[in-house]
Amino acid sequence: MKDVLLVKYGEIAIRGKNRYIVENRLIKTIIRKLKKIGEYWVTKEQGRFVIESLGENMDFDEVIPQVITVLGVVAVCPGVRTEDQCIENLRSVALEHIKTQYPNGGIKYKVDTKRSDKRYPLHSREVSADIGGYILHNMENVTVDVHNYDVKLMVELRNSAYIYSKVIKGYGGLPVGSSGKATVLMSGGIDSPVAAFLTAKRGAEIDAVYFDSPPYTSERAKQKVKDLAERLSDFTCGIKLYVVPFTDVQLEIYNRIQAEKMTIVLKRAMVKCAEKIAEKNGSMALVMGDSIGQVASQTLESINAIDSAAKDLPILRPLCGNDKQEIIDIARKIGTYDISIRPYEDCCTIFVAKHPETKPKRRIIENVEKRIENLDELIEKAVNDTQVFNINIDED
Amino acid sequence: MIYFDNASTTNISEKVYSVVCDEMKNCFANPSSLHKLGFESERKITEAREKIASALKVNASEVYFTSGGTEANNTAILGAAESRKRYGKRVITMQTQHPSVEESFKILEERGFEVITLDVDKKGYVDIGQLEDALNDDTILVSIMSVNNEIGTMQKIEEIAAAVKRKDPKILFHTDNVQGFGKHRINAKNIDLMSISAHKIHALKGTGALIIKNGVRIESLIHGGEQQRGIRPGTENLHGIIAMGTASEECFANIEENALNVKGVKTKLLEIKDRLEGVSVNGDEEEGSPYILSLSFEGIRGEVLLHALENEDIFVSTGSACSSRNKKKKSVIDYLDSSKREGTVRFSFCADNTAQEAEKCVDVLERLVGELRKYQRR
Repeated sequence: MKDVLLVKYGEIAIRGKNRYIVENRLIKTIIRKLKKIGEYWVTKEQGRFVIESLGENMDFDEVIPQVITVLGVVAVCPGVRTEDQCIENLRSVALEHIKTQYPNGGIKYKVDTKRSDKRYPLHSREVSADIGGYILHNMENVTVDVHNYDVKLMVELRNSAYIYSKVIKGYGGLPVGSSGKATVLMSGGIDSPVAAFLTAKRGAEIDAVYFDSPPYTSERAKQKVKDLAERLSDFTCGIKLYVVPFTDVQLEIYNRIQAEKMTIVLKRAMVKCAEKIAEKNGSMALVMGDSIGQVASQTLESINAIDSAAKDLPILRPLCGNDKQEIIDIARKIGTYDISIRPYEDCCTIFVAKHPETKPKRRIIENVEKRIENLDELIEKAVNDTQVFNINIDED
Repeated sequence: MIYFDNASTTNISEKVYSVVCDEMKNCFANPSSLHKLGFESERKITEAREKIASALKVNASEVYFTSGGTEANNTAILGAAESRKRYGKRVITMQTQHPSVEESFKILEERGFEVITLDVDKKGYVDIGQLEDALNDDTILVSIMSVNNEIGTMQKIEEIAAAVKRKDPKILFHTDNVQGFGKHRINAKNIDLMSISAHKIHALKGTGALIIKNGVRIESLIHGGEQQRGIRPGTENLHGIIAMGTASEECFANIEENALNVKGVKTKLLEIKDRLEGVSVNGDEEEGSPYILSLSFEGIRGEVLLHALENEDIFVSTGSACSSRNKKKKSVIDYLDSSKREGTVRFSFCADNTAQEAEKCVDVLERLVGELRKYQRR
């Protein structure tokens, strides 16, 4: 009998011929994260992964947080494996498991059995009834309730038998990198890190671009973005952060463009920069944190006027339908919120008009933008002077 | 590098550095240990205490080391109010105090004390008449800061202390002298409690002291040992205290000379007023501390100017470092003229600064402010 962590990974299981590629990627990610904390062994077992320690005991408190943040993992279940599947052995292993997990009893439970080995002499129901009865007779202060149970003791009969009673939910999604790469435009705010997370959750590898405008933005604002990237890298297994020196572009826009159109032209310039970087790093899309109508530059008219700045890549806006509170809830859950609300706001308010246009016309904006004759050069220069930070990217 | 942020903190002086390095190697024992190594440490602390006491012309037994100015202020205000609460409920403070004083009074208010906050005028002075009116039979504590950390206004602290004692010698008088210590002499005769800090005078962070006049009893905030007569228990910060003693000796030995020197720096820097339109001085231009110069630039955001100066290797601040991370909090400037808040930058000096540095700073300021003023919110 050995402690194991069962890993469930729903959606991948239905992916036809690509399945093993995606599975292997997921295993690789899990192994990479576990390497940091000790020696573990990961095996495939019919639509599940099984993690066991190479050492004596498994410290679930240490292992679970590492595995649960791996995107693609639907849930993990701490439990035990036993090779001997005879009913007498299953009974005693199950009893011991329940006794360790709920030492004081006080639970209503049921037993559920899955039997993938149909040659097993007993039916699933018979196994459940047998084990359920055995526990009831050998443990105090527990009751069976198959409808209103607190604990569902799972008995899975595969190549070995697995017994567990707790299911800890993960984030789901697809393993990072199984869907190609995307480049996210990241400020220090609440929204863009969440947009990055949601994109990563669907399997995209993530690079981030931050626009640095000293003296209007500070070192601390830059550090905030690095910290956000660091947090996100827990999910993405590393993140590449591009810091673009943007002051010159910003000042030129201020000089040439009327106030109410400034933000749209500025965002277009950011998109242009990001697209150049994205093309170099092999991204398939750009990602922005816009939520429709949240601010002037996020109305559909504004989004429309900004979008054409990207020549070749689509711009994904995974938060377009989310309310602020919903975004905040996700940010809290993934641990970016507390970083985002640090008070080092950039001082870019100078570049935000008091009365920005809320319904810009794309054609007009495109024309107005032409007033900055050297825009392409300025952008080219900003991209060339961009600093790259590898945040938690493994060497291999 | 031009470092004009000495009111936030100062560098470590050569002397302090060498003394502390030596002592870190040679002297480490717990000052409370009974063996001779412990006695040696205790002796070093006694020496430091005597240096500080003689500089301030107080008794060595009146110096209680703390972790810094903030702890000294908290201990003084909360401790004094607690120990005197059966004699009355009125406590008096003023606008523009350091957050560690302001917050302590907020706690007193929550505990049911009657907190009177004296107004300041356009230059940041309290009105002694208003203070005298506020003193009644129920008053137990008055706290007035000596030198304002953001604008350098120096209260007539001896006069104020005397006024309080004239009303009733039993009213405790506290002054936050963190920005005055080692820079301006102060007669402690009528002062019951005085907060000072080490890192503003080229010693180490994490050390400060509260001067508690002999005979004044306050409740301690920290419990657990007999060190410093139980007022501030805990193993003393030996090397911090040695550094504070050394720095204090050094500063007070040169106090007039240093003040003259920084006065020259400040005067030079004030030339920016002739070079640029829309520059004004906060506080008292003539009588304020020569160590602090607060300037407001029209049409500029202080933080942007700060970062622009940083790019030129000139380091300043936009106000108190203790509140710079909280934008909603009222700053000192808000009490004087809130329209100036956005464009305010504090230059604060030490004896190492030179007029040449100030001259260079004026040139850079003239250029940067000119450039930055082109970009205003519209």
